[in-house]
Amino acid sequence: MNSRRQFLKISSLSAAGLIFGGGLLDAFASNLVKTNPSHFKGPFDFTRTPTYCEVCFWKCAGWVYKDENGRIKKIIGNNDDPNCNGRFCPRGTGGVGMYNDEDRLKTPLIRTEERGKQTFREATWDEAFDYIAAKLKKVKEEHGPESLALFSHGSGGKYFGNVLKGLGSNNIAAPSYAQCRGPREVAFIATYGQGINSPENTDIRDTKCLVLIGSHIGENMHNGQVQEMSDAIDKGATIITVDPRFSTAASKSKFWLPIKPSTDMALLLTWMNVIINEELYDKKYVEKYCYGFDQLKEHVQQYTPEWAYGVTTLKPQQIRETARAMANAAPAVIVHPGRHVTWYGDDTQRLRAVAILNALLGSWGRRGGFYNPEKASVPHYKIPKFPKPNKSWREALGGKYKLADLALASGLCDASMPSPELGHQIKAWIVNGTNLINTLPNQANTLKAIQELDLIAVVDTMPMEITGYADVVLPECTYLERYDSLRVSQGREPSIALRMPAVEPKYNTKPAYWMAREIAKRLDLLDYFPFENLEDEIDWELQQVGTSLEEMQRIGVKRIKREVDDLYFAKDEDIEFNTNTGKIELYSTSLADEGFEPMPVFVQHPEPQEGFYRLIYGRAPMHTFSRTANNPNLTDLMDENTLWVNPKVAKEWDLKNDQYVYLENQDGIISDFSIKVRVTERIRFDSVYMVHGFGHADKRMKRCFGKGVSDTQLITNVMTDPIMGGTGMRGNFVTFRFDNKKEA
Amino acid sequence: MRYAMAIDTKKCVGCSDCVVACQTENDVPIGYCRDWVVEVMDGTYPQLEMEIRSERCNHCKNSPCVRCCPTGASHYNEGGIVLVEKDKCIGCSACITSCPYDARFVHPEGYVDKCTFCLHRVKKGMKPACVSVCPTKCMYFGDLDDPRSEVSMILKKRKWKTLIPEAGTKPQLYFLI
Repeated sequence: MNSRRQFLKISSLSAAGLIFGGGLLDAFASNLVKTNPSHFKGPFDFTRTPTYCEVCFWKCAGWVYKDENGRIKKIIGNNDDPNCNGRFCPRGTGGVGMYNDEDRLKTPLIRTEERGKQTFREATWDEAFDYIAAKLKKVKEEHGPESLALFSHGSGGKYFGNVLKGLGSNNIAAPSYAQCRGPREVAFIATYGQGINSPENTDIRDTKCLVLIGSHIGENMHNGQVQEMSDAIDKGATIITVDPRFSTAASKSKFWLPIKPSTDMALLLTWMNVIINEELYDKKYVEKYCYGFDQLKEHVQQYTPEWAYGVTTLKPQQIRETARAMANAAPAVIVHPGRHVTWYGDDTQRLRAVAILNALLGSWGRRGGFYNPEKASVPHYKIPKFPKPNKSWREALGGKYKLADLALASGLCDASMPSPELGHQIKAWIVNGTNLINTLPNQANTLKAIQELDLIAVVDTMPMEITGYADVVLPECTYLERYDSLRVSQGREPSIALRMPAVEPKYNTKPAYWMAREIAKRLDLLDYFPFENLEDEIDWELQQVGTSLEEMQRIGVKRIKREVDDLYFAKDEDIEFNTNTGKIELYSTSLADEGFEPMPVFVQHPEPQEGFYRLIYGRAPMHTFSRTANNPNLTDLMDENTLWVNPKVAKEWDLKNDQYVYLENQDGIISDFSIKVRVTERIRFDSVYMVHGFGHADKRMKRCFGKGVSDTQLITNVMTDPIMGGTGMRGNFVTFRFDNKKEA
Repeated sequence: MRYAMAIDTKKCVGCSDCVVACQTENDVPIGYCRDWVVEVMDGTYPQLEMEIRSERCNHCKNSPCVRCCPTGASHYNEGGIVLVEKDKCIGCSACITSCPYDARFVHPEGYVDKCTFCLHRVKKGMKPACVSVCPTKCMYFGDLDDPRSEVSMILKKRKWKTLIPEAGTKPQLYFLI
């Protein structure tokens, strides 16, 4: 502890030197402040500057406060922001650690030896951009623009997206789709003609019954939802938690259903059976708005509570009681669609079951159920039309997954390996702010794809594993040191939020906008970047909606009044849903048209062999995926993950609390590192649990290297969703090992 | 005036935001904390109960730390808030031993440090950093002598407990149960 503190002291001293060093300030001024001299001095108190958080996707708007020496002191929520209501979560509050992290990427790097080895040389920005531009040109000439791909999670994706689209490719994917919430969107679009999107349109604040299925709000710190769950608890809402683990949310629940993992579909169908057969459903709503009730009624007859007992291990009485609790609260009830839902490969169908259950309860469009969100419409400055791609990302997937509404990161990765089935091969990747090594399942596959590439350029703030495989690494400054495009969030009340730099970029780091524009310059694509400085574009956009950069620098967030007060359906309102039938489709015509089951069916999934346990992973409130793993403020709260083991299992294996073990999965993959055992009654005996995002293998991240185990490393069995290509990751089983020696 | 805090264990999710907010507000060095989160689990699978508490100095009415401090560095301040005057503190740690709540630590600069209920903010009419950041709004702060204060009202409405009441310290942290 002592040495770390001293180290931090030294590094913060040197940082101060950097910030106030004249040379760097000049260099910065020439890049950013040229056209608008008011960025760091203004008519208002510049001890605080507005931002919206980049630690997770919730994008809470807040204020960055500096101390008398001009150093970032703290980040506090903006009271006017509907995403956070003035309260940041621990990660947002600890966002300052992202800026202070001394292990950050500091200067552009170019690989000099073979991939997979950390042999980089420091490069100038010009060298880095020239290298990337030349390779992009060459790959485009040799293989066509469709051989270029962008993987992104975060604000910079938009700018690099413009480069890619300008070159004639639309292979732009975020792992947040096929590795996370994709099935949810497809299922709700199939049912209601409308996705859930982000932040979710769940009216938790006013709900009387909240049903969480594997969704652990409170451990997943999706700020607005956590706040509203707390409001709902205050108002006496009933919470029903379905989880093989006694989650924090389970501890707040009236009913905890410790379901056998992989059988959630059985429970959902049985709930429908009870609600329909006991005539607890919203008859008027179903009759007026829904399509296919009779088919559904007949379809779910087979799924009785007594049948479900054998499948889910939940008692019939428990299933009936919870179904009635939901119906009692209806329509102020939410069967929550969750967020990370790529579990078993039938995820779109499972989320369809969630959507249908909500329809039976009449909660969609009702207070305490799901509200109708609105987004501010902010005009964009007109840029020339992008060339039409010769081949789209859909062709890179070989025509599969027609119902996917966004590109699949996993699909583009697969399309980077030679295959006779696929139309074309992807040869160049730009990776922005997503550590694909720990994001995509089946690491061996990702690494194999990378070896096939002609170019991989990675933009990040931290030396994440993926940067180790890059040809060029572009060090981005953190969100606290840059402008980014406006945050335009959906919500009960539409809002826009500004992010502006609180301080100059540390080290030789730069904003993604500037990088993308520099690359565009070298590819004759400057027409797509008409503004030299992003803040000028932001100012232009703000002027269109009746405000300005200057005003937003003072207020940070602007709420925009809804045009119509249509948060909920009016009484007996006639509504046309954006589906084939214009109704809420209990029986999905679009799935039927594509040859899929029009109504969800229960499918038995593989179970662990003797001595193996299902690997379940989740979130901790103080970390976001793997991206915060080295943040000094947040590692101070949690610096490794632990393996939750039921006491019975621990006894069988003679495992003690705090003992370190290695894990081996069903395919013989042994974890690189060991994980601390936590013996707890809070988990079933057929499963083990760990928080995702640990077990980092890159030594350049000193605080998190080798701490805990990476669940991703052990996820080699991928259960692909045939409907939209989501990568189901909960079909992996592990056993304990006391060393990590591979057998000869 | 009697400052006190009530913390709703039914709403707290143990996210530790209070810990980070305190660290950044009060320049608490990384590796140390003035507040922390405790989870207490009871029962056997599947009959389980869990209580989550955000804990800190109890600002006791009858503080053993104030009584045992040889230099008078530990003292009662405005509204009964227990503070350490760092210039008077010799770092002997007698107070650390005497505190039943383990709420104090030796700051790397040599003096004893602990929660101040953010007196510097309270004086300006603001709430302590932990209270104002908490995403679940599970903390209530105010003057117990004022019957209309948020904390007085919630204690009237809800069941509560204090920690280790048998120590006789008269703690001013109340946990809503």
